[in-house]
Amino acid sequence: MIVTTTKGDMDDSLLEKREGAVDNDNELTTWVEYWQEGELVHRSVHVTLKKMPVFGGGETQSIG
Amino acid sequence: MANTQSMCTSFMSELMLGQHQLGTATLVSRGSLTAPTTDTVKAALFLTSATINAATTVYAATGEVSGTGYTAGGVTVTNATAPTSTNSSATAGVAYWTPSASITYTTVTLTTAFDTVLLYNFTQSLKAISVHTFGSQTITAGTFTLTMPSNTTSTALLRLATT
Repeated sequence: MIVTTTKGDMDDSLLEKREGAVDNDNELTTWVEYWQEGELVHRSVHVTLKKMPVFGGGETQSIG
Repeated sequence: MANTQSMCTSFMSELMLGQHQLGTATLVSRGSLTAPTTDTVKAALFLTSATINAATTVYAATGEVSGTGYTAGGVTVTNATAPTSTNSSATAGVAYWTPSASITYTTVTLTTAFDTVLLYNFTQSLKAISVHTFGSQTITAGTFTLTMPSNTTSTALLRLATT
């Protein structure tokens, strides 16, 4: 697979791949990094926003 | 300084003033009486050192990320699904809206940590809509993707509820 890097497009077989994830109430985040000889040359991140706090408690006034 | 997730307070009063139109145009009392259009929403990324929160009223570049492949102001949000509302009882209900596609920043390099996306109304004088935070990130010659939650009464990105 060809990977876009800071040094141009490279075949991933030439790179070290590192992956990780964070999962909590707010987000599910995954990331992938490609390293070449100790140098970070690519990092992509995918964040899934789970939800926003609801904004509630709206009130109306009675008329009359 | 820090960013704080919230709906922008000004957005709520602007809704009452009819200053945002996130769905198919139905109002005629807007700038164009003959051809009202759905507003364009944009998404801008902000550094962890910025101060973006409920008090943010409009988009401004202060504290915004910068780097290769990123254009100030961010990207346009895909909005194919209009806001909707549902009653949960005789006295309660919820209105909700979610962008209809992921927000993607393709082939960017953002070396200074960021943790926030600000949604704002590009059509209506850059008025702020909402602030969404996530874990601090950097991007190197890569893609940053924000996938939206399901557009339901309980998980939509923007929800206004009566209780």
